[in-house]
This record gives sequence, structure tokens and C-alpha cells, in this order.
Amino acid sequence: MIGGLFIYNHKGEVLISRVYRDDIGRNAVDAFRVNVIHARQQVRSPVTNIARTSFFHVKRSNIWLAAVTKQNVNAAMVFEFLYKMCDVMTAYFGKISEENIKNNFVLIYELLDEILDFGYPQNSETGALKTFITQTGIKSQSKEEQSQITSQVTGQIGWRREGIKYRRNELFLDVLESVNLLMSPQGQVLSAHVSGRVVMKSYLSGMPECKFGMNDKIVIDKQGKGGGATGQSIAIDDCTFHQCVRLSKFDAERSISFIPPDGECELMRYRTTKDIILPFRVIPLVREVGRTKLEVKVVIKSNFKPSLLAQKIEVRIPTPLNTSGVQVICMKGKAKYKASENAIVWKIKRMAGMKESQISAEIELLPTNDKKKWARPPISMNFEVPFAPSGLKVRYLKVFEPKLNYSDHDVIKWVRYIGRSGIYETRC
Amino acid sequence: MEWANQLCENRQFGSKMTDSKYFTTTKKGEIFELKAELNSDKKEKKKEAVKKVIASMTVGKDVSALFPDVVNCMQTDNLELKKLVYLYLMNYAKSQPDMAIMAVNTFVKDCEDANPLIRALAVRTMGCIRVDKITEYLCEPLRKCLKDEDPYVRKTAAVCVAKLHDINAQLVEDQGFLDTLKDLISDSNPMVVANAVAALSEIAESHPNSNLLDLNPQSINKLLTALNECTEWGQIFILDCLANYTPRDDRESQSICERVTPRLSHANSAVVLSAVKVLMKFMEMLPKDLDYYGTLLKKLAPPLVTLLSAEPELQYVALRNINLIVQKRPEILKHEMKVFFVKYNDPIYVKLEKLDIMIRLASQANIAQVLAELKEYATEVDVDFVRKAVRAIGRCAIKVEQSAERCVSTLLDLIQTKVNYVVQEAIVVIKDIFRKYPNKYESVIATLCENLDSLDEPEARAAMIWIVGEYAERIDNADELLESFLEGFHDESTQVQLQLLTAIVKLFLKKPTETQELVQQVLSLATQDSDNPDLRDRGYIYWRLLSTDPVAAKEVVLAEKPLISEETDLIEPTLLEELICHIGTLASVYHKPPSAFVEGSRGVMHKRLPARTGSGESTESPDVGTAAGGSAPEAAPSIIPSQGDLLGDLLNLDMAPPTTTGPPPPNTGMQMGGMDLLGGGLDSLMGDESEPPHVPPRTDILRSPSPQPLSPVYTHTDYTYTDYSHTDSPPDHSPPDHSPTEHSPPAELGGDIGGSPAMGAGFGAAPAVMPASLNAPVGGGLGDLFDLGGGVGMPMGAYIPPKTVWLPAMKAKGLEISGTFARRAGVIQMELILTNKAMSVMTDFAIQFNRNSFGLAPAGPLQVLTPLGPNQTIEVSLPLSTVGPVMKMDPLNNLQVAVKNNIDVFYFSCQYPISMLFVEDGKMERQVFLATWKDIPNDNESQFQIKDCHLNSDAASSKLQGSNIFTIAKRTVEGQDMLYMSIKLSNGIWVLAELRVQAGNPNYTISLKCRAPEVSQCVFQCYEAVLKN
Repeated sequence: MIGGLFIYNHKGEVLISRVYRDDIGRNAVDAFRVNVIHARQQVRSPVTNIARTSFFHVKRSNIWLAAVTKQNVNAAMVFEFLYKMCDVMTAYFGKISEENIKNNFVLIYELLDEILDFGYPQNSETGALKTFITQTGIKSQSKEEQSQITSQVTGQIGWRREGIKYRRNELFLDVLESVNLLMSPQGQVLSAHVSGRVVMKSYLSGMPECKFGMNDKIVIDKQGKGGGATGQSIAIDDCTFHQCVRLSKFDAERSISFIPPDGECELMRYRTTKDIILPFRVIPLVREVGRTKLEVKVVIKSNFKPSLLAQKIEVRIPTPLNTSGVQVICMKGKAKYKASENAIVWKIKRMAGMKESQISAEIELLPTNDKKKWARPPISMNFEVPFAPSGLKVRYLKVFEPKLNYSDHDVIKWVRYIGRSGIYETRC
Repeated sequence: MEWANQLCENRQFGSKMTDSKYFTTTKKGEIFELKAELNSDKKEKKKEAVKKVIASMTVGKDVSALFPDVVNCMQTDNLELKKLVYLYLMNYAKSQPDMAIMAVNTFVKDCEDANPLIRALAVRTMGCIRVDKITEYLCEPLRKCLKDEDPYVRKTAAVCVAKLHDINAQLVEDQGFLDTLKDLISDSNPMVVANAVAALSEIAESHPNSNLLDLNPQSINKLLTALNECTEWGQIFILDCLANYTPRDDRESQSICERVTPRLSHANSAVVLSAVKVLMKFMEMLPKDLDYYGTLLKKLAPPLVTLLSAEPELQYVALRNINLIVQKRPEILKHEMKVFFVKYNDPIYVKLEKLDIMIRLASQANIAQVLAELKEYATEVDVDFVRKAVRAIGRCAIKVEQSAERCVSTLLDLIQTKVNYVVQEAIVVIKDIFRKYPNKYESVIATLCENLDSLDEPEARAAMIWIVGEYAERIDNADELLESFLEGFHDESTQVQLQLLTAIVKLFLKKPTETQELVQQVLSLATQDSDNPDLRDRGYIYWRLLSTDPVAAKEVVLAEKPLISEETDLIEPTLLEELICHIGTLASVYHKPPSAFVEGSRGVMHKRLPARTGSGESTESPDVGTAAGGSAPEAAPSIIPSQGDLLGDLLNLDMAPPTTTGPPPPNTGMQMGGMDLLGGGLDSLMGDESEPPHVPPRTDILRSPSPQPLSPVYTHTDYTYTDYSHTDSPPDHSPPDHSPTEHSPPAELGGDIGGSPAMGAGFGAAPAVMPASLNAPVGGGLGDLFDLGGGVGMPMGAYIPPKTVWLPAMKAKGLEISGTFARRAGVIQMELILTNKAMSVMTDFAIQFNRNSFGLAPAGPLQVLTPLGPNQTIEVSLPLSTVGPVMKMDPLNNLQVAVKNNIDVFYFSCQYPISMLFVEDGKMERQVFLATWKDIPNDNESQFQIKDCHLNSDAASSKLQGSNIFTIAKRTVEGQDMLYMSIKLSNGIWVLAELRVQAGNPNYTISLKCRAPEVSQCVFQCYEAVLKN
């Protein structure tokens, strides 16, 4: 298990050092500094073995977090723990910076004592931790309060404390997707996938039992009837859930039920590869006129409902290395040749669905005797659209709180879809 | 401390009052100030002072002087302050054990506090204070806390048992904490269960044979239930524990798999990987035709792909694991090639791993895509990555025959770029392509030759030279090309020199007329002007071959080379199986078994995949089961061993006894003796043969495994071989026209004879046997016969010291005990002769050991079944285990024994040869040996002289092997044989040794390196005893 945990600043000075196991000595602190932080070469692996001691590190801005061990630990767990440690610290005092860490070192030691025991990670949910590790010192607690704390920390719902009250029960769901594409010049899709996340922000009283439904093909098909009425369903390749979701229930019935942590959490991550709505189509046309000139014409077509607006559109058209000058004409937005990036960058602020826009450029080339042909890197695109390219729809999110007297109807719910471009490329 | 000062200034300028100010106390006399503050009456001031102390501690300042003052602050209602004081205690208690005791009362009191948080805090902290006196006081509070009504306290107490076990294992067992811990597995609270599982798993690791976890269908069911309810970390503990279980049959296996699969959707990658581990392992047991088997395979792919969208560090861990999974079960991810394509913003370590997996997944179906990608990568900036990409193209060519042509043309394109390292890398892989597809792509040779001048790396130069030599008949100016290399012959690295030698000889055999001068030049360069024995040896062989029988030379040098196999860089199957059992852990990241990087006995146990034992088809042997488990092993791809392995084979050949190249020697003493007899005999035969002066030194004969593969083997392996071995110049190698004078001194002849067991039986072994047989006048029985057999027939078996009288009859009311220790078939035995010299019958014998350095304990009762009459003698052998309580003794190998009979209890002490503790798997990997040798600080090295020993090095090595002292490598420097040996003690301590034997000098020098240098003296004594008997 984890033998020790160190936090360093960018110079390699120790800000926090906590040793959990007898086999880790103070010299481990220096070994990591010398061999990793001060190493001349770029770090080639996040796991380093120095003198039979293994160091796992992650970096947040210029702060290094390193976990140390001499045993055959679960490596995935150590990294997950380090990330979690960062989350917890961020939740307590904001950005992880040298100043913040120094200002909160007592708190960090207290946290480290709680979330890691003899190198075994313990409950590390901020919601629970905040009930008894506070920055303002411990208030005197009544006996009930104490046992409430301990049962929460060790209980099945370790991520939420009891007795939360809101005057207004409200929840926000964000479906955030990133759509990736590689398309051939002829418009054939070579590869496309969407990786998405459902982020939930909830401000709900009590211990609300929630049930989340989406247009998952397997569920819709199972229900059978009304398939036509509910619209399209989507096939999800794989999904993972926040630890609050009951996985065995999902596995058996494919229903997503849970008691959410208070505030924000990433409820689910998923991937789809089938029936992706590609928000934009890029049609390139490159013509070589003689040896010193290229004519480039690129058409982009928006492929979604005319009532929706795409934003922050950027098309990047690579140019050969021996470009001497570029003349651009575009119908919409602004286009510029950026010599340092070897590309024409075309920006459009907004564009409605089912529209088309075009750019044409003349590229002057310097004559070279380089035999090697220009490799023609793909044209890439960035954008943001207000729908989910995977086609995912939230069908419902039901809230039940049997003990308190508010019903599902009293909860104000907000759903938002944002589709962004991941690596969205068209070869030319 | 600079920043601390800066902050100090900041503060003076009125910056925010925060905790960082505590980092600022760097003035002189601060300790006194702190002391005053700590003893202040004001609570706030006290707290501030403790914070300052902790800050100083963090940056590495010694504030232990404040110990009593800080401990005084312990009794407080303020939890924050209390925690700080505890933190201080954990750090300094060990250095101030006497003062730490002052804290005990508070701990004990806190363990009874009304607030569960404080109870837990106290028990948690107490466990971290590794001071014996405190540990004693810990037991009672811990016992209470394990049964506390509050789950938070119980879950903390569960971990505390593991802490205590780490400090004092015996105490934990004596106090019965293990049973309480086992009970906690049925606790109602999932987190308590999870922590109990974690603690038990850890304790079980250091007792490999104990049935501590006692996994059975009922307990497994409990774990699976808790799995659904506990935290993400708890799920990891439970899954990792489950992975150690072996289901009874395929049905149980399936039902566990069904309950584990939901975990594949967990957001925590570690949970997913641990679930994958359980599934990969249990899947082995499912019949392949089962529907569920196919379903499970399909279910594994998506979560593995999803892992690749995690943070880069986790991606790295995932990719290292996927690399293993793809080798074990290629079918899982065969359609997922695209997800391993490299993204421009991946960190370099992710890129390199993805590349590796791409090649493993490359097949005819996707090769076009893969090649397009690889070509793209070859134009990136990172040199390592580009090199690997180029190499990958070559590997694709070798793996997918249909793509070979395209790969070659891609490589040619890359050579056209003229980027130096790309060109060199390409040439190296093209050489391999030539090996795989001879006589197919020779048209490209011309292009390669154009780049001859730009090659500056030895590997690329050697590859190019190999190509020129191999295709000399088609390259018009081959002689010119090779001649140009010859100019700077002495500046080349060894691999290039060797290659050049071979290439020129090939050229000569193909075009004898024009190249006679050239070949003579290279032969004389290699044999006369070179210091490198390998080069000279090879030169001599060629020289002699060419001068005696050119036809034979042609057959040898130009022999058809075996084709290289498809798949390269595969992990060796047994290692792969073991690594699959370690999915998610460091072992899977390093691709090394835990024993290679973990010290001590923890986790060193080798894990194996379960065999398929279907309820209907349980007769299948385990081997068949595992072989059929993957789809690949059916047509088991032959493996090009990694360079290290080849090196091993060669080095092993250097050592005479054939037993070392084969599987490890069988365990029974009898067989071992037999084998070694053969080995030793062979050795001396070989040794005799090498006596005639005109034959090259015998190591060379042994080293060339067979005449045929001379050139092909060298082309592929000698690169690394030379890295290790004789780079110095031994003066005993002389040119062939001189008559060598080395192997003749009578001393060595004597040594050879002494070491050759066939003849030496009467000599060397006799003294060892005599006392034993003298001491056993009556009733020796089978044991004695065995002993005698050991003495005569197998002097090379484990060394057994003669029996000595341990307990004279005078001191024990007529009971005389003499005995010795032996290790037979991996079992340590104490062989006792009990003689009743009293007048009355003795009965009710029992034996007990005091705690000792290596935890020796009787593994069973003393088997004296019949009463021992007056003047009767009985021989008993008592098997010993090494899991008993441990206490360091002085001398280390001292053992205090109590023997009881119906008359009294008698005590005596004896010393056992530490060689009893040398385990059979003490042979270290060569690389590990090298690394470990370097790793152990020089302070730990100790040197000894063994005088008057007349064995040659080979005889010594085989003799030592009988006692589980394994020779790993041997080299000869200036007539001195250096043997490198490894020993593993039963408690996991490794001892590395270097034995220097000078021919003709009866005094050996031995250097021992060990992380626990205390054992060196004992080990040396064993060497002496083994070698001299």
C-alpha cells in the first residue's frame, strides 16, 4: 500500500510530507526530487522506480504530488487516489497552488490522516469529510451528531450527509459531449465517436432517491411499445458511473438509480460510435496550379435544425511549408493566414443550422527542389453546438424523497446539451 | 528555506494572516521560544506553537527536542490541536521511546472517549507509533475498539491490526486479533468489511501458507454482497482479494463473474481494472463453448477502451495492462485498433505504449490503416517515438506477410527523408525483414548502400555490414564497402567488429579470388591486434576452419539461417500468466514479477492462473487447460527470446553442469545427487579434453552450441553477449601458433579430480560421512542409510554437517542428544539421535524452540512413539518450518531448544548451518542480479578468504549448487574465474556472492553482498563448510 505522500513545489521543496509505512524514510523525499523533479530530461513515465522504491506522481499546475511505496500496490488505485486527493483539496481551498497549500497545511495533514490510513484509502468524499473536518475548528457536537457523522462516513451513502435542507429544490443536468471525426476527402466517415458526460448539479433536501432515464436503445427496445412516439434511441458503446449509482441494478435492469452527492458530480460518462449526428460537413477542394500555386476551396455545411445556432466555429486549413503568400476570400466570418502555424484560420462567431459557407484561397508557393511531396495534413474544425451529437436525450430524472414533503413535481429541473468538437478532421 | 524567509517578509508587510506564517520561524533560538509558547497557559498560543513545530518538521528540521513540551499539549478538548500533537508523536516517538511512554495514558483514555471520532483517532495513531512499550498498551484498547458499537471505530481498528502485525506479528497472533479480524468480514457495515479484507490480505501476504483468508463459497458470498455497498476503495480491496480465490468449478466461477461484471461500469478506473483481473483469471476456468464465455469476452472490451479516456497517468497504467491482456487474449480487442491511434497531445509515455499495442493488434485486416498511421508518426518530433514507429513498421512487415512489400516501400520512403536516426532505425529493421523473407527485397540494397556514410550508431552499422556480407555476391563493390569499414576497425564497437569479421569471411567464401588479402587482414586484426576475447575466438575459429577445410567452412558460415519468427517481444508465457494475476498493480506496470522489485517475503509468492476444471470435464490437466485458455497458444507462436534470455543460455553454457540449463533440479536429494554426478562427471571429462594444448580453451567449445548456427546466432545475439563478458584481456589466450601453456599446473589437475565426483567420492566426502556413521551405532535405520547414500553417492547434494553432541548425558539426567540439520527435498530437517544413558525408561518426548533469527519452528511433534529403554538409541528426524516467531539471535544461527521427557525439561542451544535456509528458487535472473548488485550499497559488502580449497571453479559451482547456492554467471579475467552466485534465504533475504578462483591458488576470495549484512558471516561459514567437505 501507499507508504508515504509528498507534495512539492516546482523547485522541489517539500510542502507536505506524510509517511505511513516504516519502510519509507526521509531519504525518499530527496530521491524523488533529485531523480524526477530535477531530472534533466522530460519525465518519461508517471511511475518511477528508484532503488526499489516506486514513486507515482501527478502534477497540478506547478505542484507535484507524489505517492511512494515499496510494495506491489494497485497502481491504478494510487493514481485514482492522487486525483481524488486533488479534488478534495480543491473542494476545500480552491486552486492547488503553493500558497494555498502552505496556507492550509494543517488542514491537509488532517485530511491525509483521515483519507489514508496505513496507506489504505478511506472515505474521500468531500461531502462527508466536510462534516467533521472543517477549517474553523471543531464545533462541539452532540452525541447524535457524532454518530451521524460516523455512520455517514462509513455508511453505504458515504458521499452525502443527512439533514441537508434547501428552500428551493433544484437540479441542473448538463449533457456535455465531444464529437470526434476523421473523414476522407470524398466525404466518407473513416472514424467517428462521441465521448460524453452527464454532469449533475443538485440542490435537493434530505436523501433524495433519483432515477435517471435516457433514450438508451436497450431500455427503449425492452419497453417495446411507444418506440415511435419517444423518437430515436441511441446505442451506447460503454458507460461508467459515479460511485453513487447502483451498478448491479444497472447491470440487471439497465436503470440508473442513485442518491446524489450534494452539489456537483459527474453522474456518468459514455461513448457512442453509431448514428452520430455530425454537426458540420467540410468539403475541401485543393487544386495545384503549376508548381508555385495552390487553389483551395473549402465549403462547410451545418447539418442541424435551422433554429439552432452553432458558436465559436473555427476552421483550420493547413498550408505547405514553402508558402510565400496567401489571399483569402470568405463569405462569412474572418479568415487569416498564420505563417507561424502554417495554416489559414477561419473564424465564424455564429452559424445557424442547414446553412453553408465557403472560403477560397490562393496560396503562392516558393519554388523548392524538395522532392518530397506536401503531406497534406487534414483540415480540422472547432465548434460548439447546443445539442448532443450522439443523439442522447434525457427522458426523465425523477426525484423521490419519502421522508420530506416535496414531490418530484416540486423540483425545478434544468437540462442543457452542449456538443463540442474533439478532434474533428477532414482529409484533403 | 528561502521561501520561508520570503513569506516572513511578506507577513511583515501585512499580508493575510494564514497558516503559511508557521513556516517562517527560522530565527536562532526558536526552539526556546517555541518551548515557552508550548508551555503557555493560553490555548490559542499553544496551538499556534504546535503548528509552528509541525511546519518545521515538514521541511525536515529536527524539532525532537520539544518532545515533552508537545506531549504536554496532548490532553486537550481541542480536536485540531490533538491531531497535531499526534502527528508530531508519530514522527518522533521512535527516536524518543522513553518519553513516548508519557503519551500512553492519554491514548488509553482517549480510546474510551464518548466521541467515536476521538476513539478512532486514538487507536489509529497508537498503531502508527512503533515503540514496543506503547504497543503493549495498545492491545487492550484495540480489543475494545474492534468490538466498538460505532462502525467508524471498528473500521479504524481493523486497519490497526495490520499495523500492529507489522510491528509485532507474534503479538497479534497471541492476542487472537486475527480471529477477531476474521469475524469482521461478516460485519454489517461494508466499510468495516472492506478494511478487514484489506488488513487480512496484507497479513496473509507475509504468511503465504497460512489459510488466513480462508476463502470459501460462504465468505466469498459475503464479500460479493459487501462489494455492492462499500466505497470505491473498499471495492478495490475486495476485488483484489477475490482475485486470490480459486473457484471450485466452472459454475462457481461463472456465478462470481456474473456478480463482478457490473463493476466494469464504475467511474473509478482502479475498480474497473481490478474487476478485469478477477474476470481474466476466472475466465480461465470457463469452458470455451459456453455461451457465457463469449458474452464475457464481449463485455470486457468496452470498459478497457473507456479507460483510455481517463487522465494520462491512468491511461498509462491501463495501456500497460492492455498490453498484457492483448497478449493473453488477443480476441478481446482485435476490432478496437483505432482507439490506440496516437493523439497529438498524448504525453510521450502514452504514445509509446499505444504504439506497442497497435503492433500487437496489427493483422491483415487493419494493416493498411496501421501503416498509414505509423508513417505519420515517423515524421513527429520526439526521437524515441519516431524510432519506435520506424521499428514498428518493420515489425508489421514481419508479422503480416501480405504487408511486407508495402512496409518495405514505406521504409524506403523514410530513408529518402535522410533524417539520420530514421535512416539508421530503418536499416536495422530492414535487416530483420531480410531474415524473414530471404531473397525477396534485395532490390533495395542499392538504396541502403547510398546511406552507408551517414550511419554512426553501432547497431545500424552492424546491420548494414550484415546485409553487405549476406548479399556479397550481388553487390559489385562489396569488397570496397567492407574494406572502407575495416580502416577504423579498432575504433568500432564490438558488435560492429564481430559483424565485420563474419561479413568479410562470408565475402571471401563467395568471392575467394579477389578478397584473399582482405580476409587475411581482418583475421589478423581480430586475432592479433584485438584485446577482445570473443573477437579473437571467433577469428581463430574462422581461421582454423578456412585453413583446414574450406568446404566445411562454407557449410558452417554460409549455412541456411533459421527464419525468424512472426511475433517479437512477446512476454514469456509463464511470466504473462503471473502478470495477468497482478493486473492493475505495479507488477503489471513494470511487466516484472513482484519479486523483482519488492523486498522481503511480501508478495513474492508466485501467482498462477487457475486451471480449467469444468464440472463435467475435470480430468483435463492444468497444462491443457491453460493452453486452451487463450486462442493464441493453440498455435503457440514461437518466441524470439528477449536478448537477456539468449544471453542467459550462452552464459549457462559457460557453466559446466548441464543441470543449470534445464529445468530446476528435481527436489529429492537422491535425484539431485544423481544429476549432479552426471554434471560433474561431464565437466571433468570436458576439462580433460581441454588439456591437450592445441584445442582452444574449453569454454569456447562449450559456448558454440552447435556448429550450424554459428553465423546466424552470432548475428542476433552476440550484441549483448559481449556487453557483459570478458572485456578485459586475459593473458592466457594466445595466438594459435604458440602452444598455450595455461591449463597444465598440477594443482588444477588435482582440483579437477577432487571436484569430479566420480572419483572424488572416497576423497572429499568421506570425512563428512564418517562421524555421522560413528555417531549412529544402533538403529540408524532408513535415515542413516539415506545419509550414507548421500555421503557416498552424492557428495554434490546439499551439504550436511556431521552430527555433534548437543546435550551431553551428564547435563540431562541421562539423555544424550546429538544431531545435525539437513535440507532434503526443500524441507529443513533436524536430525536427532536420542540415547538413553539412564537406568529408567524415557517417554513422552516433546520439543520446542525458542524464538530465533529465521523463525525456525518444529513443523510437527517429535516422533518418538515407543518408550526409549535404557541404553537404547533412536534416530528421529523432525521437519522444521520457517514460519515461527522471529527474534534476532547472537550468533545469528543460534537455536535454543527445549526437550521435554517424562523426567524433566532440558535446554540446550546449537547452531545450524545457514545453508539449511537456502531455498530452491534462489536463482536470480541475471539482469536482476546485476541491478541488485549495483543497488546494494558497498558498505554491505564483506570479503572473506577460503583457504586450502582445491576445487576448480566448475566443481565448486556444482558443489555449491547442491546446497542451493546458484551460479548465475561466470567470467574469466586474467586466469581468474569469477563466479557470480545468488542465494535466497527462506525469509526472502537475497545474498549475492562473487567467488574468485585463481587457477593454482588454493585460496579463494569471496565477496558477499546482502541487504542484511549480518548474515554474511554465516553465509561465509557455509561456503567454507560446503567447499571443504
